[in-house]
Amino acid sequence: MNIDLEQFRTTYINESMELLSDMEEKLLEIENGDDDVETLHAIFRCVHSIKGGAGAFGLDQITRFTHEFEYFLDHLREGKLHVDEQVMEILFKGRDIVEHMVVAAQNNTPLAENFGHEVAEKIARINQTQGSSAVAAPKEKKGEKPASASNTEEVNIYSIRFVPHEDLFTTGNEPVLLFGELSRMGDTRVQCRTDKLPDLEHLHAEQCYLWWEIDLDTTAGENEVREVFEFVEDVCDLEVLLIGGYSLPSTSAPKPQPLSEPSSTEKTADAIPVTQDASETEAQIAKAQPAATIRVDLDKIDRLVNMVGELVITQGMLYMQAQRIPRDTYPEILMGVEELAQHTRELQEAVMAVRMQPVKSIFARMPRIVRDLSKKLGKNIRLEMSGENTEVDKAIIEQLSDPLTHMIRNSIDHGIESPEKRREMNKPDQGRIHLSAASVGGRIEICIEDDGGGVNRQRVKELAITKGLIAENSNLTPEEIDHLIFAPGFSTAEKVTDVSGRGVGMDVVRKNIESIGGTTSVESTPGKGSRFVISLPLTLAILDGMAVRCGREQYIIPIANIIETMRPSSSSLSHLATGIDVINVRGEFIPLVYLYQVFSISGTEKNASKGLVVLVENGKEKFGIVVDELIGQQQVVIKSLEQNSDPVEGISGATILGDGKVSLILDTVALYRIGITASRDHLHSLKASA
Amino acid sequence: MGKKIITVDDSKTMREMVAFTLKSAGYDLVEAEDGQAALTVLQKEKVDLVITDLNMPNMDGLTLIRNLRGLPEYKFTPILMLTTEGDAGKKEEGKSAGASGWIVKPFNPEKLVQVVQRLCA
Repeated sequence: MNIDLEQFRTTYINESMELLSDMEEKLLEIENGDDDVETLHAIFRCVHSIKGGAGAFGLDQITRFTHEFEYFLDHLREGKLHVDEQVMEILFKGRDIVEHMVVAAQNNTPLAENFGHEVAEKIARINQTQGSSAVAAPKEKKGEKPASASNTEEVNIYSIRFVPHEDLFTTGNEPVLLFGELSRMGDTRVQCRTDKLPDLEHLHAEQCYLWWEIDLDTTAGENEVREVFEFVEDVCDLEVLLIGGYSLPSTSAPKPQPLSEPSSTEKTADAIPVTQDASETEAQIAKAQPAATIRVDLDKIDRLVNMVGELVITQGMLYMQAQRIPRDTYPEILMGVEELAQHTRELQEAVMAVRMQPVKSIFARMPRIVRDLSKKLGKNIRLEMSGENTEVDKAIIEQLSDPLTHMIRNSIDHGIESPEKRREMNKPDQGRIHLSAASVGGRIEICIEDDGGGVNRQRVKELAITKGLIAENSNLTPEEIDHLIFAPGFSTAEKVTDVSGRGVGMDVVRKNIESIGGTTSVESTPGKGSRFVISLPLTLAILDGMAVRCGREQYIIPIANIIETMRPSSSSLSHLATGIDVINVRGEFIPLVYLYQVFSISGTEKNASKGLVVLVENGKEKFGIVVDELIGQQQVVIKSLEQNSDPVEGISGATILGDGKVSLILDTVALYRIGITASRDHLHSLKASA
Repeated sequence: MGKKIITVDDSKTMREMVAFTLKSAGYDLVEAEDGQAALTVLQKEKVDLVITDLNMPNMDGLTLIRNLRGLPEYKFTPILMLTTEGDAGKKEEGKSAGASGWIVKPFNPEKLVQVVQRLCA
């Protein structure tokens, strides 16, 4: 039989990652003073399970490291070692090393042979002082291989005397099965001896009075024969004697022999095991099937989501057509169509729910980041979390991790002050960061609140002026100043630290959040703290859009990008020398992009004052899109264009409207690039003189 | 109907590997994630062989074995314990608790089938 267990590798990797994240949580608990033995046991089990699986998949590096690590944890839970800073450091580092190894196994990228050896040696040294270490432990014995002769096979004849003690059955062992195993090793002749059988009145049904003599012809060695009796060696007297041997012409496979039935007297022993009524047992199996979870390939779910998207579109078309049917002639059709609409909506919600995952998976990484970073910066910070079970589309979760990590780092680095400074401000030494998630009106809000110094507005303004982001004499509200930290190329750190520096600022965070249809905002009170809010759509598959008309074409602009819509007076419009038109909105000059120019549409309104201007903000810039008419707000199902064509600049996707027409969804970032970027410098000079 | 075996292990990977291996060999499998869960299942349905890990949360393997041996219907049921090392101490403890046999993790699938056949036809 060839059983391949490689298919469980993915299960193993996933499980290990879960165990590692559990372990991290537990380590943080210990560091916070909860050194309950049960917690240590749980940590031990994490490492133990990872080790167990590693062996099965030949992941020797993991086996070796976790083996030593396990001894260390053992000393810890037995109280031989005590938790101190050095021990914590080893525990965290050890965990990280195991994680690296698991990830390497997942990606099939081998790590250096000596990966993690510094920590491993440190652990081994400590273990040796405690008396037991893998280094000193005896090697596991290897099973001996049967000697294979060249052309002939040497067959040994063994005479086996197997005399079970009376309590053999209490170990759950059954002699007849042992003979079965012997018969698979070669020819057997089994004889049952009944001379120890007492009178019926002295016979105890649960005890064994029989003994056996077995002759076995086999190519196996004595140790292999004895191994068959391994489990009963304490409850029997066993003799294995080599009484002879002969040579056989070599055959490729050992021939299994049918089990030669022991003589009929052994029936007494056979009657003992308790059997249950078969029908009763079957009924119980049916009841006991666990209603667990199943793992499904994400592709399959995406296909389902896509199909439901198509269904929603078809339903929309049907619904529109049905409106033309007179209600009193065909009331059943109309009722059916309405019911269909409702079921479709419910189906869509149900399918979306499959993709939903609690934000816990990313929140869980934050305590460690806070711990490591606050330690590095000499700050004392407590992280509180709430709403971890709030669910968001998996695709959004995947893309939320980096921005969120960055924002937390930002709060630790720039938000919370050093303990000394906090004391001066009459605040407790320990700073507090609160990370929360909540579902707010069809969107998810993730909130990062700290009780630090708040945005240093004076400093932000100075920096923005030096970097040319705002004019020297601009008159900004405090909120506008706070929002400058999201402006591209802005970083308030006095020096670039290796914490939140590296040129990646909050503008990148903002861009990433916006790429998944989210928005970012900040509220800050000087001296009291800041509150960052990320607002996210529940899913990436549906979008709230504004349908607009340009010529005979319809486009969708994501509602999240729209600030306001207006019909400008001709006096508010000016034409710049660079060829760009701008609109004066309450004193602010905002550039315009003519949709008909970008997509070469004929038969449209060319004068912005006769059309409509949709003011949008794409995270970096504000600009106006000139269109002919607004059609209305609607939820649209996003279809990717990239499966069917090369990417088109200015278009992020497509959708099918209720009337069956395809409508393109505008990509505001690209539109700005096509329409305006060239003259940005000119715009700055205009702003400066305003 | 094939013989029924329960695999008790807190590691899902291990449970699935044991189950897969033994299902391939024609056995029926039930799974439980710790001793407590196993005991609940086993009090409701009888199995022909118990395969249990030792180190588990809630109820460890040794406690499970002792509990099972205390139940009349499991007095003679073969119990195979999975140990991680060839740890003699654990093996002795297991034996005195009433284990029928043991197999060292990581197991080789063929070896597991062989040992299972030794304990349960």
